[in-house]
Amino acid sequence: MCRTAVHFFLLCCAATGVQAGEGKLLGTPGVTQLEGSGGGGIVPWATMAGYASRDETAISGFATRVNVDDYRLSVWGAAINLYDRVEVSFAHQNFYLKGAGSEIRQDIAGLKVRLSGDLVYTDWPQISAGIQHKMLADDTIADAVGAKDSNHGTDLYVVASKLHLGAIGGYNALWSLAGRATKANQLGLLGYGGDDKDSYSLNLEASVAVLLSRQWALGAEYRQKPDNLSFAEEQDWMDLFVAYLPNKHINATLAYADLGDIAGADHQTGVYLSITGYFW
Amino acid sequence: MMTRNAPAIQAYNSLSILRVMLTGLIGIMLTACAHQPATPSLYDSLGQKTGIENIVSRLIYEIGDDPTIRPYFEDSDLDRFHEKLSEQICEVSGGPCTYSGDSMVDVHTRMNVNEADFNRLVDLLIAAMDHQKIPHPTQNRLLSILAPMRGDIIYR
Ligand code: HEM
Repeated sequence: MCRTAVHFFLLCCAATGVQAGEGKLLGTPGVTQLEGSGGGGIVPWATMAGYASRDETAISGFATRVNVDDYRLSVWGAAINLYDRVEVSFAHQNFYLKGAGSEIRQDIAGLKVRLSGDLVYTDWPQISAGIQHKMLADDTIADAVGAKDSNHGTDLYVVASKLHLGAIGGYNALWSLAGRATKANQLGLLGYGGDDKDSYSLNLEASVAVLLSRQWALGAEYRQKPDNLSFAEEQDWMDLFVAYLPNKHINATLAYADLGDIAGADHQTGVYLSITGYFW
Repeated sequence: MMTRNAPAIQAYNSLSILRVMLTGLIGIMLTACAHQPATPSLYDSLGQKTGIENIVSRLIYEIGDDPTIRPYFEDSDLDRFHEKLSEQICEVSGGPCTYSGDSMVDVHTRMNVNEADFNRLVDLLIAAMDHQKIPHPTQNRLLSILAPMRGDIIYR
């Protein structure tokens, strides 16, 4: 389905002579976050995935793996950027439970719209609003842990991001702050809403980064999480990352991730690795 | 008892390290975000008058090499461009110069420079500064002064 959509899109672009996106400064689209939206590693940014300027379109694809003590999350997906205004994304998550040898699969369709501003050039931050619609492939585990809805859930977020040129001793610095309304338990992998709480939580998600050069960025992220299930506490997520952005075609991010307790398994920490490629 | 508590302490420790790092980063950023006025040190870091002229010469070379940007300059007086842009950079970086060229709006009107081509020129300027061995932080300081001019230049 996704592949057909991409083909169709490529055909449209070829037919109308739309310009491929290379019109943004290196690194300014960021990378791809765990749910497929353009952002940092675990939180979305206000930037659109891909290098499209307001006259261009862009297509990108990504693959991410987070390997913590008792679990492994593998994600792949793609995003389309329309004129630096709209981002349409898709992500497929596969959450592997090392102990049980079983897996949970979830699809996420995302839409993000840039409301105002430009990450680099406006005094005010770039501001966007987005939606992530999440669909679990199988309801068994979500049901078992006490989720209220084990089929699908929808997250809504508003996010502001800003790059300050030369802000820290001449080095460029970036911050991003998002507010997300969500019912998703552990991204939605454990369903949406729970026996303890079935209403939306407002969670803050933040990234800060310093660009050591045009190609290297160093940063930290924090993501508040809801806590809806009585069977186990859900904790906030954090990471420390280094990103390598050699050109406008590819980038890679390596991080130390601290995902707290997950489904009763204590303090899950490990390595996060992600690659995004920009095809168009 | 010990073994039960060890992971908790570890968790607590790495949590507080992350917190301290986050708070530190945000703190540094908040104090550094305020726009700094151009200081003579930027002019010095760029290599003063000669250094700036060399950067602009190299920029013109880069422009000549670039199929996207070159056409904009097809009918331009490059000597004048070199003189005026050098003067402008000298002035905004805190050097002893007074820009004598036309306003950014007047100069770039009817060129219809789009967003991508603006960033392309920024890339060429970065390439020119790289070539002249201008340190990364110095490059960013100059870019942060030029960036606010974008509104006067694009889509006119
Ligand atoms: C912050 C970015 C920019 C700055 C600071 C800047 C500055 C200047 C200056 C000082 C001049 C000479 C003015 C004069 O002769 O009185 C000039 C001329 C010119 N600029 Fe820009 N410029 C910028 C961006 C651009 C861009 C993105 C383009 C096109 C892609 C462009 C195309 C030109 C051209 C073609 C001329 C020569 C005009 C003529 O022949 O009269 N500039 N610019």
